[in-house]
Amino acid sequence: MPAMTMIQALNSALDVMLAKDPDVLVFGEDIGYFGGVFRVTEGLQKKHGQTRCFDSPIGEAGLVAAAIGMGAYGLRPVVEIQFADYIYPAYDQIVSEAARIRYRSAGEFHVPLTIRTPYGGGIYGGQTHSQSPEALFTHVTGLKTVIPSNPYDAKGLLISAIEDDDPVIFLEPKRLYNGPFDGHHDKAVTPWAKHKASEVPEGHYAVPLGKAATARAGSAVTVLTYGTMVHVAIAAAEETGIDAEVVDLRTLMPVDIDAIVRSVQKTGRCVVAHEATLTSGFGAELCALVQEHCFWHLEAPIQRVAGWDTPYPHAFEWDYFPGPKRLADGLKRALEN
Amino acid sequence: MSDPSVVEDGGVNATPAPNSTTLKKFYHDMLLIRRFEEKAGQLYGMGLIGGFCHLYIGQEAVVVGMQNALLPGDQIITAYRDHGHMLATGMDPKGVMAELTGRAAGYSKGKGGSMHMFSAETHFYGGHGIVGAQVPLGTGLAFANKYKENGAVTLAYMGEGAANQGQVYESFNMAKLWNLPVIYVVENNRYAMGTSVERASAQPDFYKRGESFNVPGVSVDGMDVEAVFEAGRKALEFVRGGNGPMILEMKTYRYRGHSMSDPAKYRTRDEVQSVRDRKDPIDQFGKKLVDRNLASEADLKVIDKEIRLVVNEAAEFAIEAPEPDASELYTDVLA
Repeated sequence: MPAMTMIQALNSALDVMLAKDPDVLVFGEDIGYFGGVFRVTEGLQKKHGQTRCFDSPIGEAGLVAAAIGMGAYGLRPVVEIQFADYIYPAYDQIVSEAARIRYRSAGEFHVPLTIRTPYGGGIYGGQTHSQSPEALFTHVTGLKTVIPSNPYDAKGLLISAIEDDDPVIFLEPKRLYNGPFDGHHDKAVTPWAKHKASEVPEGHYAVPLGKAATARAGSAVTVLTYGTMVHVAIAAAEETGIDAEVVDLRTLMPVDIDAIVRSVQKTGRCVVAHEATLTSGFGAELCALVQEHCFWHLEAPIQRVAGWDTPYPHAFEWDYFPGPKRLADGLKRALEN
Repeated sequence: MSDPSVVEDGGVNATPAPNSTTLKKFYHDMLLIRRFEEKAGQLYGMGLIGGFCHLYIGQEAVVVGMQNALLPGDQIITAYRDHGHMLATGMDPKGVMAELTGRAAGYSKGKGGSMHMFSAETHFYGGHGIVGAQVPLGTGLAFANKYKENGAVTLAYMGEGAANQGQVYESFNMAKLWNLPVIYVVENNRYAMGTSVERASAQPDFYKRGESFNVPGVSVDGMDVEAVFEAGRKALEFVRGGNGPMILEMKTYRYRGHSMSDPAKYRTRDEVQSVRDRKDPIDQFGKKLVDRNLASEADLKVIDKEIRLVVNEAAEFAIEAPEPDASELYTDVLA
C-alpha cells in the first residue's frame, strides 16, 4: 500500500471519484491547468480532461452558486475554495440555497455538493489566510461539516462527502497537508510516510460521515477535538504523561454523540480543543452536549482550549495557535478537582 | 458623456506636465520598489519573513506613474501585492519591512503582515488579502469624498483576476449611478496566480469591462511609466471634473511568482526573460533619461547606490526591531 501525504490522499479521492462517476466535476480557482495552490488537484485535468476538471474565474459567490445549480440538476460537483478565508462571498449561496433547497422544495431537489477548502493557521498567513470558520457552517441546518486529520481519513471522508446527497463543507487542515504537525513549530514536522495513517489504498473506499475515531485511547480525561489539534492533543498527552483519550470527531455535523458520551462517561473529565476563536466556537456546542448527556458522570468542569478571541495575528502566530503547552495546561486544569 | 481622451492640460486642479525633476523621481521611485522587493525576497529566503509575500517586481511603472499623477489628498486602495503601492505613497520603507518581519515597529504593529497594512498619513487604505474585496471599499471611499466635496479622487487597484469578482461590477454600477470620483486601475499582469487571462476571462480587454455601465476605459502600456503618468493625468482630470468613474487597464507583467511558493509551471522562463529584456520598466526608462540627456549613466548609479542604502537600512531595522509585546495580542480588537 503506498504511503501518501494528505495532499496525495485527497488527490487520489478526487481521481477515484472522477473515474467512477461521470456526474462528478471538479472545479475552482487555479485548480485545473495549474493544479491548485496546495497541489491537491495536480494532474487531474490532464487525466480526466477539461470538461471534468476545470478552472473557474475568481468569484466565489458565482462559482459556488453555479455548483449549487449543477448539483440541484443532477451533477455531483466538487469545488475548491482556495482558502477557507475566501468562502464568505459564497456564504449567502451556501446558507440560503445549498443548505435549504431540499427543505424548501419538500425533498424534490437536493444539492450533492462538496466544497473543499484549506483552513487553519500555522503558515504565517495573517488574518485572511489562517482562519478556522467551521462554526459558521455547523450552525447552518442542512449542511454537513467534515474535517479529517490524516491521509487515510482524508481520502475516505472525501469520497463519502462526494457520494453524500447533501451539501458537505470539507475543511482541510492545511498545516497537516505534508505531515502530522503537533504544534511544535520549532521542530521539523515528521513526514506522513512515518505515520500509520499514511497507508492509503489506491482504489475506492469510504470512511463514513458522522463517525468519530479514537486517535489515542486513554482513561484519565477525554479530549474532544478535530483537524490539526488531534496531533497537538496526542503530543500534550505524551509529554505530560496524562493518560488522555483523544477523540477525533472527523465529522462535526452530524456529530457522533455516541462516541462522545462513551468516552466522557468512561473518563469523567473533558477538554474541548480547537484552533478557532473561543467564543461561540464549535467547542461551545460540544460543552453543551457533554453537559446535557454526561452531567452526572463529570468530576470536574469541562475545559476549553482554543484560539484567542482576536483576529489571527501575523506577529503572534505561535501565541495564537493553541499548541501542546496550552493543551497540557487544559489537561491539568481538567484533572485539578 | 465627455470623452476622456480629449481632456487637455490647464484645468485648475490638474496635475502639471512632467519636468526633468519629476522624470528623475519616476526613476527613483521605481528603483526603490525594485530594490525593496529584491531585499524582501532575500529576507524571506533567510526565514526572516514568514507566510505570504507577493512581490511587485516588473509592475513598478504602474504604481509610480499613477501615484505621481495624484494631487495631495487623493487616496489609494489595493489588494495584497501592495509593497510597491505603500512605498509609492511615501510610507517609510523601515515600517513596511518591519511589518513583513512581524515587528512592533511595523505599520500594523506586526499583526497585519505583508497583505494587511495601512497609512492614513499617506492616504493608503490597505493592503487587503481577499481578491477583489478592496474594490467596493474604494468605491465607498469615493462616495465619502464626493459627499464631503473635498475634490479628492480614489484609485482602486485590482489585478485582472479580481476583475472577475461580481462585487467589482456592483461597484461599477454604483460608481456610475452616483457619479463617484474613482478610477479603477486594473493591473493586468496576465496571470491570476497560475491561471492566465485566456483561461479565466471571456472578455480579456479589461478596459471594456465597464461598457455596460457606461464607465469609460482606456488601455495603457503599464511597462512605460510616462504612458501611465499621462493616462493617469487625463483620467484624474476627467474624474475630478465630475464626469464619474473611469477604468484604466494597465498591461503589465510580474517577473516573480505569485507569492513565494510558486512552482511557475504556467509559463516558460523564456517568456519571463523576454519581457525583462524588451520591456523592463526601469531599464527602458533609464535609457530614455540618458538618451534625452536628462541623466547620465553615472547619475543613475548614484540613485541606485542611495536606494540600496535606504533599503539595507530598512532591512537591518526590520531584523533588529523587537517583536510586539504579548499584551498587544488583545489591543485593537474593539474600541
